[in-house]
Amino acid sequence: MTGNSPAVVSASKLDLTFQTNDGPVRALSNVDLTIGKGEFVSFIGPSGCGKTTLLRVIADLEKPTSGTISVNGMTPEQAREKRAYGYVFQAAALFPWRTIERNVALPLEIIGLSQAEQAERIKRTMELVNLSGFEKKYPWQLSGGMQQRASIARALAFDADLLLMDEPFGALDEIVRDHLNEQLLDLWGRTNKTICFVTHSIPEAVYLSTRIVVMSPRPGRVTDIIESTLPSKRPLDIRETPEFLAIAARVRDGLRAGHSYDD
Amino acid sequence: MRFPNHSWQTWIVLPFAGLLAFLFASMNGVPSAPPPYGTLSGGVAIALVLISTLAANYTSNRLLEAVFLFAGAHGAAFFLLAGIKGHEGTAGPAYYLLLASAWLLAWRCVTILSGRRATARPMSIALRLIIPAIFGAWILIIWEAVTRGAGIPFILLPPPSAIGARIANSLPILGSDVRQTIFKAVLIGYVVGNLAGFVVAILADRVPFLRRGLLPIGNMVSALPIIGVAPIMVMWFGFDWPSKAAVVIIMTFFPMLVNTVAGLAASGHMERDLMRTYASGYWPTLLKLRLPAAMPFIFNALKINSTLALIGAIVAEFFGTPVVGMGFRISTEVGRMNIDMVWAEIAVAALAGSVFYGVVALIERAVTFWHPSVRGG
Amino acid sequence: MDSFRSKIFPVTAILAGVVVLWYVFAVILNAPFQRDLDSRANETPGVVEFVGKTLAQPKPTLPAPHQVAVNFFENTFLRSVTSNRSLVYNAWVTLSSTLLGFAFGTALGIVIAVGIVHVATLDRSLMPWIIASQTIPILAVAPMIIVVLAAVGITGLIPKALISTYLSFFPVAVGMVKGLRSPELMHLDLMHTYNASRSQTFWKLRVPASVPFLFTSMKVAVAASLVGAIVGELPTGAVAGIGAKLLAGAYYSQTVDIWSALVAGSIVAALLVMVVGIAGRLVDRAMGGRPA
Repeated sequence: MTGNSPAVVSASKLDLTFQTNDGPVRALSNVDLTIGKGEFVSFIGPSGCGKTTLLRVIADLEKPTSGTISVNGMTPEQAREKRAYGYVFQAAALFPWRTIERNVALPLEIIGLSQAEQAERIKRTMELVNLSGFEKKYPWQLSGGMQQRASIARALAFDADLLLMDEPFGALDEIVRDHLNEQLLDLWGRTNKTICFVTHSIPEAVYLSTRIVVMSPRPGRVTDIIESTLPSKRPLDIRETPEFLAIAARVRDGLRAGHSYDD
Repeated sequence: MRFPNHSWQTWIVLPFAGLLAFLFASMNGVPSAPPPYGTLSGGVAIALVLISTLAANYTSNRLLEAVFLFAGAHGAAFFLLAGIKGHEGTAGPAYYLLLASAWLLAWRCVTILSGRRATARPMSIALRLIIPAIFGAWILIIWEAVTRGAGIPFILLPPPSAIGARIANSLPILGSDVRQTIFKAVLIGYVVGNLAGFVVAILADRVPFLRRGLLPIGNMVSALPIIGVAPIMVMWFGFDWPSKAAVVIIMTFFPMLVNTVAGLAASGHMERDLMRTYASGYWPTLLKLRLPAAMPFIFNALKINSTLALIGAIVAEFFGTPVVGMGFRISTEVGRMNIDMVWAEIAVAALAGSVFYGVVALIERAVTFWHPSVRGG
Repeated sequence: MDSFRSKIFPVTAILAGVVVLWYVFAVILNAPFQRDLDSRANETPGVVEFVGKTLAQPKPTLPAPHQVAVNFFENTFLRSVTSNRSLVYNAWVTLSSTLLGFAFGTALGIVIAVGIVHVATLDRSLMPWIIASQTIPILAVAPMIIVVLAAVGITGLIPKALISTYLSFFPVAVGMVKGLRSPELMHLDLMHTYNASRSQTFWKLRVPASVPFLFTSMKVAVAASLVGAIVGELPTGAVAGIGAKLLAGAYYSQTVDIWSALVAGSIVAALLVMVVGIAGRLVDRAMGGRPA
């Protein structure tokens, strides 16, 4: 499935070492990964396994110490300069002094789109995340889940093909999270974007992904890559099917194999 | 000609230095021209600027480059100042060009040092001290060079060297002023004012009605020009230090009150509920939880008050004192146009203020070692 | 209703208590002098008459609140505003140099803060000095600035405004450095993913984020500015202004005048801080701040 489509992200022998006060820390070690167009790839692992660091390397927020990585065939820096991706953080990170619509407009202002074009894009992305009608609200007037949807709308505003999401629903309660997972899948189905999704929730990873990258810490590395056999149409109750549970068990085994819980 | 370490500062210095050498040579070549400064020291200064610029540009080691620039800039400044001696007020363009070049070198040096990210702890502390020290030194150097080079009238702005000499010559007077103002008025007023503020804050904490009434008043009073009570205090308590201490007490009382009340409210709900589950009474809860949690706020007030106390005591002395005290000295010496003595007194006041603040800050670090702001840095 | 119970009532009650205490102390402090007067005039007034007299001395040790109020009222509303005894006139003299100095000081503070945030060399070399200079009793230089500038022929508004500038730029510079650095790492990363330029990050992120810090430090600065202007009036030989009224009152033992000048100064200070506070709240509201 991924073999014949062009690679959106391709990394080989990726290494990243942080210099800290307690000596060097190897956050990424020998990571090889290829992500094809239209895939939904989850990165899962315990904290310190480098899943967020890997996402940040793709986004050019960190520079690898060695190894090569390309995004859309360019270096991450070139890709960032071309605005090749949208990034969603752990928190909504909306500017509190801007309305929702002005927040979504922020990236558009920065690339210098005309007012008319901005308005058209805002309307389209707000519809995509089901936030129409909340354009004039300020962030504090919205619930946590709605704020995170607004931040997804902001990330979609560039109309980039790649969406990088760093535990976007980690701070939300499970009920809201289920709802947003469903909406995200729906969005992915309609837009055919490539999504890289960092999470520490096994059900979330299995429910959303076409492929699950299992990582383990000290040093941060990829221990297993699991292809999902679930159909592309996934209602929430698919999570009770044996097929789903089997994949979840494989992920759990992969995590255990990385002996990540020994301390 | 290629420079491995080119920077805009050195690009300016080089033409400066060339122009400088030309001006220098032509001025000394004309017998009727007044000597800009001593030929020998001027020549040495120019040579130092040139040599250190070139040496710095051909060094691949950044630290060595900074050392060259440091030596060149300060050596040139030294010879420049030595050369102007006896020729005050006669400085020509060459003098200022040389000063500017030396300053650019020093800036380049600071830029290099600022760019360094020291990993070893002693190195980073040293950098944290050296960089502002160079900046401060250059304020003094430029001050000295300009006041003397342009012959600025002494009563307008005396050069730092004259102020330093004045401090050295008037140590007994300065000492007695410090004793009068700081060891009597400031310290006594500071201790009494802070204690009073603290006690009233505890009282206000016990009586919610008092707290709700006092807090808005205290917040408002801190914006008022309380210093204006000084003439009243002088009338009530006489010219000597008690009137100044009274002003200090009033000025330090409210910041301590407001901060302590805020601090006592700072402990978290969960912690307070925990103490409740222990059936802990008011005083154990206060001593074991709420006062420790309030310490950052209390020290904030102590730090604000250290400056306020000095200001209060010095300004109160403008309204009448016996013939001793820092505020007295400042106002009378200003009247006599002994500006160097005023500067000497201000320098001492600045030093006293920094030491006072520093001592409070050190005690704070020891007491609130657990607080993130202390742990982090 | 709720704010009445929780705030206004306790505040009024305590202020009323202060007034009562004030009267008590006025009687106690003024009694010795009154007794002296009475014994010299061979009078033996009753208690009520004695108390009444202690509260009506022309130069009392502690003037009674109503004496201050009457003096304040007369000098504020009954005098022509051009008279140099008018408090309105004197307050205006002080206020004008306060405002000029405050405006300059705020502008200077902002410029220095922008420099410190954007130039690493300034941050490492200048910032420690700005912090250290907060521990220095800067007000001590006020007489020198006035006298030295007078010696070169600069008098009037400018020297006082200079002191106010000096006092107000420190809090603004420190507050703005904090404010311009207040954006979270996540917001800065976000701008980085947009490949935003330095000026875009500055205008769209750092500046809006620093606005609350600006107003907080401006409140401190405007109060400091007023103190600077008042102290700056002391060495000029008491020409005009609230500081001059204080000094003249001290010189002629006109205690009631001192107190009403103090009241005038306090009202000006409270008004200035209030105006800055309201401006801050309006801006905050316009920027979508959550109503408190």
